[in-house]
Amino acid sequence: ITGDSPRQAQAPFAAAFAAEQAEGEARKFGLGRPALPEELAAWDIDVRPDGEGLPEGSGTVAEGEEIYLQKCASCHGDFGEGIGRWPALSGGGGTLSSEDPVKTVGSYWPFLSTVYDYVHRAMPFGNAQSLSDDEVYALTAYILYLNFIVEDYDFELSKDNFTEITLPNEGQFFVDDREEVEFEEFKREPCMKNCKESVEITMRARVLDVTPEDEAARKEREAASEETQVAAAEGASEPDPALVEEGEKVFRQCKACHQVGEGAENRVGPHLNGVVGRDIAAVDGFRYSPAFQSKAEEGFTWTEETLAAYLKDPRGYIEGNRMAYPGLKDEDDLKAVIAYLKTFEE
Amino acid sequence: QQPDPAITELPDWSRYNGEGVDARPYGSPSEFESHVVRRNVEWLTADTVSSVNFTPLHELDGIITPNGLCFERHHSGIAEIDPGQHRLMINGLVETPLVFTMEDLMRFPRENRVYFLECAANSGMEWRGAQLNGCQYTHGMIHNVQYTGVPLRYILQEAGLKSSAAWILPEGADAAAMTRSIPLEKALDDCMVAFKMNGEALRPEQGYPVRLVVPGWEGNMWVKWLRRIEVGDKPWHHREETSKYTDLFPSGKARRFTWEMDAKSVITNPSPQAPIAHGPGRTIITGIAWSGRGTIPRVDVTLDGGKNWHQARMSGPSFNKSMHRFYYEFDWDGSPLLLQSRAHDSTGYVQPTKEALREIRGENSIYHNNGIQTWYVNEKGVVENVEVS
Repeated sequence: ITGDSPRQAQAPFAAAFAAEQAEGEARKFGLGRPALPEELAAWDIDVRPDGEGLPEGSGTVAEGEEIYLQKCASCHGDFGEGIGRWPALSGGGGTLSSEDPVKTVGSYWPFLSTVYDYVHRAMPFGNAQSLSDDEVYALTAYILYLNFIVEDYDFELSKDNFTEITLPNEGQFFVDDREEVEFEEFKREPCMKNCKESVEITMRARVLDVTPEDEAARKEREAASEETQVAAAEGASEPDPALVEEGEKVFRQCKACHQVGEGAENRVGPHLNGVVGRDIAAVDGFRYSPAFQSKAEEGFTWTEETLAAYLKDPRGYIEGNRMAYPGLKDEDDLKAVIAYLKTFEE
Repeated sequence: QQPDPAITELPDWSRYNGEGVDARPYGSPSEFESHVVRRNVEWLTADTVSSVNFTPLHELDGIITPNGLCFERHHSGIAEIDPGQHRLMINGLVETPLVFTMEDLMRFPRENRVYFLECAANSGMEWRGAQLNGCQYTHGMIHNVQYTGVPLRYILQEAGLKSSAAWILPEGADAAAMTRSIPLEKALDDCMVAFKMNGEALRPEQGYPVRLVVPGWEGNMWVKWLRRIEVGDKPWHHREETSKYTDLFPSGKARRFTWEMDAKSVITNPSPQAPIAHGPGRTIITGIAWSGRGTIPRVDVTLDGGKNWHQARMSGPSFNKSMHRFYYEFDWDGSPLLLQSRAHDSTGYVQPTKEALREIRGENSIYHNNGIQTWYVNEKGVVENVEVS
């Protein structure tokens, strides 16, 4: 990592740094190619307050209302009042110096060209640049009407009359003056010792309690509640004790690598408590093969059917998995071992 | 004291072979770090497509933000762009409007620079007082990355600037077609067109295949998925520099063109999401500081809400307009603490209190809240976001 300026660079590197700076100065590299007129027309869509960039075209308030109700009102409200947290487009007059300012095209935006430019480049949300130039003129006219900036329903906005319209808040912006207004106070050497007599807590975040809780904790809790429901539903069919007993015998082949029951842990293979009904590769702390992991990404779940198919032919059913078991060919044994596994809950 | 089973019992990872080199062709953090993720504050916005998530600052150290944890802010979601189909156009007040492919861009001389990117609205929810419990939420709209890219002036020179050129308008290729007006002076000074972050290709959520880097200036100007730069003689006053990113004052007037990010710092540990778990004794306070105007030669830390201050220890490289790391180590006696940090930048600017900012700017400016943050630590080590007199 090099320093950012010669001033910061270590002395021996200063010369090299200066050379780096000089490398590309005031020369051309012969890179790129001239942009074609059609390409410029396709991309150069920006509009400025002085009207530069406005295309030919026009649209009326009435035309705008129709498009607005179809394509805009679902978020911005029938009258531009904004629905939920979506932005309001109208109203808010006289609120800017209040405790709760409402910033809309009518109350806050300084230039009408911004409305045209933004609607044209980014709206409707999710279908950007789908409106024709005339439609954008019409919508801009309708937004003016919603804000009582034009009051004639037959008003037509066009490239020709566009710059005649000014928005009420245009004069209420001033250029960054932090350097003049703030720096004198904020560049003083601050106090280090005995700076205050007493310190009191004046406000606490906990009172508001709007901090999002840990997403992982929430998901875990939801998953736990789902599992309880699933377990309760499955409890309806009682296991066949004879079949389970048979399955326990079959499971002896599996025991070298897999544990079940209370205190079961991962060994060569993962523990199998609750395996029927759980997602593949879901046991915490077990390193699954990439084959299992990619199955997990597909959302593969162990059902009685998929488990039977896997146990019958492990390598054929999930290619590339690591279980060193040739397969359980006897259908009765398969049924029994799955019945046995079903008796162990997570 | 019983013998520690972590020592006396052989764990699986010491007995069984682990995965081979093909198991993780693009590595991920340990599964035990799965809680270290960007998080969203759902009530903030109407839709995650036009929203923000936050860098888990309390889980990080040093000055570099890992690529997968850099906070995201999109206005119309993540554009997924095939670099072979991406173009950068330069037009407007230039001698020859030009089109570049990604391959063209990579043939310019390129440079490596470390810069922070902070959203102007970082800490914006705290203007009216302590609100969110965690530095991830109060300060997490920042990341600090090493960029590899081409100085913008080389690309502009290639097209040839006309004498009337005074502003540029970078534009994104996403469905928001993000635009901002930037004065030409800044564009020719230290702006970059970057295609790598921390050595690898930009992440899609950070503007793959190419983004603008505007060192020290508010994050919204760092246009992602950069497809076009127009050169003009006046600013465009587009939506993100009028309706948004203007700072409303109590008078009803609003500051515009507040581009530079003022000096700021925050203690990342301890903090509400990272309480002191070890009880009284040796305790480390650490945090980050940054300034859009230079470096951070000094950070002060207080344990008593600002009665007495101590100079923190700065550690790690100090780059211009980059994040800096500080530490303050002490023996905690278990009594409650009111922790604050205060950054000094290389221009002599000292991070102000929130109250000093409110006296000038009121509570409705949304953007550029760089006031001093207070964490209250109770005798159990639990930490809360508070404000003090």
